Amino acid sequence: MMNAGESLVVLDHVSMTYGHGKHAVKAVDDLTLTIHKGEFIAVVGPSGCGKSSMMKLISGLKPTSEGVLSIEGKRVTGPINKVGMAFQAANLLPWRTAVDNVLLPLEIVEPHRSRMGREKAAYRHKARALLASVGLGEFTEKFPWQLSGGMQQRTSICRALIHEPEILMLDEPFGALDAFTREELWCMTRDIHQSRGVTAMLVTHDLREAVFLADTVYVMSDRPGKIVKVQTINLPRPRDLEITYEKPFQDLVHELRSHIGKH
Amino acid sequence: MKHWKENILAPLAFTVALIVLWDIACVLFGLPATVLPTPSAVAKALVQYWPAVWTNSLQTLMTTLLGFGLAIVFGLILGVAIGWSKLIYGALYPVMIAFNAVPKVAVVPILIIWFGIGTIPAIFTAFLISFFPIVVNVATGLATTEPELQDVLRALGASKLDVVRKVGIPRSMPYFFGSLKVAITLAFVGSVVSETIGANSGLGKMMLDAQAGFNVELVFAGVAALAILGIALYALTALVEKRFTGWAFRAEGIG
Ligand SMILES: Nc1ncnc2c1ncn2[C@@H]1O[C@H](COP(=O)(O)OP(=O)(O)OP(=O)(O)O)[C@@H](O)[C@H]1O
Ligand SMILES: [Mg+2]
Repeated sequence: MMNAGESLVVLDHVSMTYGHGKHAVKAVDDLTLTIHKGEFIAVVGPSGCGKSSMMKLISGLKPTSEGVLSIEGKRVTGPINKVGMAFQAANLLPWRTAVDNVLLPLEIVEPHRSRMGREKAAYRHKARALLASVGLGEFTEKFPWQLSGGMQQRTSICRALIHEPEILMLDEPFGALDAFTREELWCMTRDIHQSRGVTAMLVTHDLREAVFLADTVYVMSDRPGKIVKVQTINLPRPRDLEITYEKPFQDLVHELRSHIGKH
Repeated sequence: MKHWKENILAPLAFTVALIVLWDIACVLFGLPATVLPTPSAVAKALVQYWPAVWTNSLQTLMTTLLGFGLAIVFGLILGVAIGWSKLIYGALYPVMIAFNAVPKVAVVPILIIWFGIGTIPAIFTAFLISFFPIVVNVATGLATTEPELQDVLRALGASKLDVVRKVGIPRSMPYFFGSLKVAITLAFVGSVVSETIGANSGLGKMMLDAQAGFNVELVFAGVAALAILGIALYALTALVEKRFTGWAFRAEGIG
């Protein structure tokens, strides 16, 4: 897999600014990078450096100020429903069961949206199967308040995947979880990436997480975020949690650490 | 009945104690019935004047519920509009605040000039006094949609209408139903206030007439009827709230 796939997302000298005039805040600056189909990239950097902004750019939620951003060769000018997003807070709708939360995107995205009425049963089946694949087979009819934090986060990731997006975007998705649950969800994410061949972009503060999951790690500088280091992770796949205790892994973590916050 | 002690026994005991205290006070201080009639005298008056109390209660109930119904319809529409658009919010808010600041008693004479003495001023007063909390609550509920959830949906190409329909409106429902408890009480107050100023019937009018005729027992019977009706209306809306937004209670671990 690695960088062998064809390029999917291309950023060419992209920068982005919030606000205008004297309130202008430049969030990211001069980003040039390529994300290949099926690649798993991780973005790390100090707080407030523009990682979430970069995600919003690629998902089309925010326009670029300078430079060109294209996906599959087409310039991005607005939201493209090729992405699925999950954040640190699961943000499930408390009045919906897990399976109904997962179905939400299908009520928005065409062609599912218009088929929803007729093929409700088939879609529910698909959502249940997806939940089962992340170990929530018995919890599909539970409400969010009946699920643990980790289960809520799994559900949130299922919601991001149900419409089979080209790119899965995860913004510090495991930040609020305890260490054991976090490692479980690393493995879940690894398996999802492996089995679905989805392209993934992970924003994280956890360097071990970045090295464990990613093919390429981008280190960003303080705001405005520039890329100061690109680290290819050549650890063989499939990766087991055991590798996190081994020297090559730890060397990579140390190497990345030395690039954070000193620019 | 897990909580029967705090939900049934405690309030019942307190109410009974209050009535007993009232009775003792009447006897102990030798209060004349023209100042404060005993509870039993009030109960007797309730029975004696039951037909009048009953028909006037129905009238007050009717005007309250009609005004409340109008408040729900307009409150929802206006609340969604204000929560929807910053422009509409900016345009309407100052006027609404000014409007809410005017004591509704002051509006009743105008309503009477426009619609004459009768049922309609009572309905309108109930409506005017009760729709504001509904508007504010619905708008607040809409405005509290998490930005990240909006991102999740907008990245899928969701329109603003989609986000409001799928997230905003359901999210604002606990606020809406919560405001109904306040609104129904206010509507009730509005009806009665209007009836005491200019009406042909209703509990307010009945009490006004009883006062003019020095029938203090009937005045107090009217107060008792108001209290009972008030509790019933509140309980009803509280029940509706629990029924429709159970998720909000459970999500916070209350229910
Ligand atoms: N909507 C906005 N309007 C104005 N400025 C914003 C907005 N969103 C973010 N910013 C600013 O842009 C910069 C980058 O924000 P961003 O959220 O991308 O950082 P981040 O790297 O994701 O931080 P964290 O690690 O804390 O999540 C910050 O300085 C922030 O103050
Ligand atoms: Mg962020």
